[in-house]
Amino acid sequence: MLELISLSKTYRTGDAALSDVSLQVPKGQIVGLIGPSGAGKSTLIRCINRLVEPSTGKIELGGVDLVTLGRRDLRKQRRRIGMIFQEYALVERLTVMENVLSGRLGYVPFWRSYLRRFDASDIQRAYQLLDRVGLLDHADKRADALSGGQRQRVGIARALAQDPDLLLVDEPTASLDPKTSRQIMRLLTEICTERDLPAIVNIHDVPLARQFMQRIVGLRAGQIVFDDAPTALTEDALTRIYGAEDWDAMRKGDIDQAEAENDAIRQLAEVGA
Amino acid sequence: MTDTASLPADWSYRSRATRLAIWTGWLALVALFVWCWQVMTETTIWAFVGDAPRQAADIGGRMVPPEWGYLPELMLPLWDTLNIATLGTLGGVVMAVPVALLAARNTTPSVTILRPIALFIIVASRSINSLIWALLLVTIIGPGLLAGIIAIALRSIGFIGKLFYEAIEETDPKQIEAIQATGAGPAEVLTYGVVPQVMPALWGISVFRWDINIRESTILGLVGAGGIGLKLNASMAVLAWDQVTVILLLILGTVIVSEWISALIRRAII
Repeated sequence: MLELISLSKTYRTGDAALSDVSLQVPKGQIVGLIGPSGAGKSTLIRCINRLVEPSTGKIELGGVDLVTLGRRDLRKQRRRIGMIFQEYALVERLTVMENVLSGRLGYVPFWRSYLRRFDASDIQRAYQLLDRVGLLDHADKRADALSGGQRQRVGIARALAQDPDLLLVDEPTASLDPKTSRQIMRLLTEICTERDLPAIVNIHDVPLARQFMQRIVGLRAGQIVFDDAPTALTEDALTRIYGAEDWDAMRKGDIDQAEAENDAIRQLAEVGA
Repeated sequence: MTDTASLPADWSYRSRATRLAIWTGWLALVALFVWCWQVMTETTIWAFVGDAPRQAADIGGRMVPPEWGYLPELMLPLWDTLNIATLGTLGGVVMAVPVALLAARNTTPSVTILRPIALFIIVASRSINSLIWALLLVTIIGPGLLAGIIAIALRSIGFIGKLFYEAIEETDPKQIEAIQATGAGPAEVLTYGVVPQVMPALWGISVFRWDINIRESTILGLVGAGGIGLKLNASMAVLAWDQVTVILLLILGTVIVSEWISALIRRAII
């Protein structure tokens, strides 16, 4: 279970990215974080594994306060937190396998990782994960030889290789087309359900969030202004989060994307993933 | 809308004041040139300058035909020259890599102390020409190949270090961040996040420097640091211009080959 207790972050420039955010994520729950750009979604996610240092507040993951940890202990806790990035953030010139195995770096002694001599169990696990995300045949390709959707799946496999207790997912579909986006979201939610893994997903695509998230948290100007089930995300709620907008335009987008969704389901069935 | 007739019909790229300033600038440059020319030619003996074409033709005449029989004797010094360049480059790379890691903002352990020291090493190495390094080293460790190799290596630190630390600073921070997020320590972040991104740059820079070092090592013999420069020096001292031609052609050939090889390697690593 993850618990944020009155978390605040003020950047050196004086911008308050987060103010007094409190949030609880129980085991196995997938939370979608929505909000306009600059609302603090990325900051919130990055505060949890301290890629961004929070200013005040507490972050407890399974009873450990992450905010006060020293470097060494922080690295130990980071192993428990898998992160998936907007532009995949794979190491482009390494192979798919090396990228997946890099999820084990926190566990393996330096010389072993340097010589690429990972434990047999790590290697087998990496193959299992590649199989799970449907990329077993691509293990020895270089990451930059893959398409966007494939890269994001490697990103998912890397995060899972850490054997995490929590997934942080930062705009996983922002660089993907609608069809691939849905495949990726489906894969993510399936994996979280399989492993009873909690996840926080930054997502700016409201229809996508509605469809795949179990719970939606709306951020606006660094504060939580909505926290409920996706069905409760009414026009009023959206206006509270995003300000006044023409939501009908977005509805029309929904129809376009429904077609893409059907297509994606069919394709996924063919792949058998 | 404004009435068309009331809008101005002429527009110029520069204002009157700018045009005047540019014109004045050009005038000042021309004046400076004329003055410099005068200072420069004050001590020129024009008789010698007038004689120049005849002198050039004379040396040219002595340079052909080249004394091709001299070629076999040059092979060993040429081999020495290649070794000076290659081993010197290797030594330079080995020393430059840690310096570059200390100098790059994103990998240096200390911005306030170690980074300035590393930058100073780079500047110091760059500011002294290989020939001067060789002069110093010949006096310290005596004439020969070793002085040449070390001279090339010391000069290369600055070149490779500077280009390499800039390459390190241009790495994609997202890839590095992703490795940090897995709980990897600093050494792992370096080997998995930074190294794969900068390897092509390191190869490219090293091969480029090797190419330059081949050219630089041909003259190190002039100050006694071994290689083909020794032969050049000897031939010029005895006014054997036909031998000089052979040496110069040989150097030209070597440089062309080295440039071809470095182009091949650089194409292969991209």
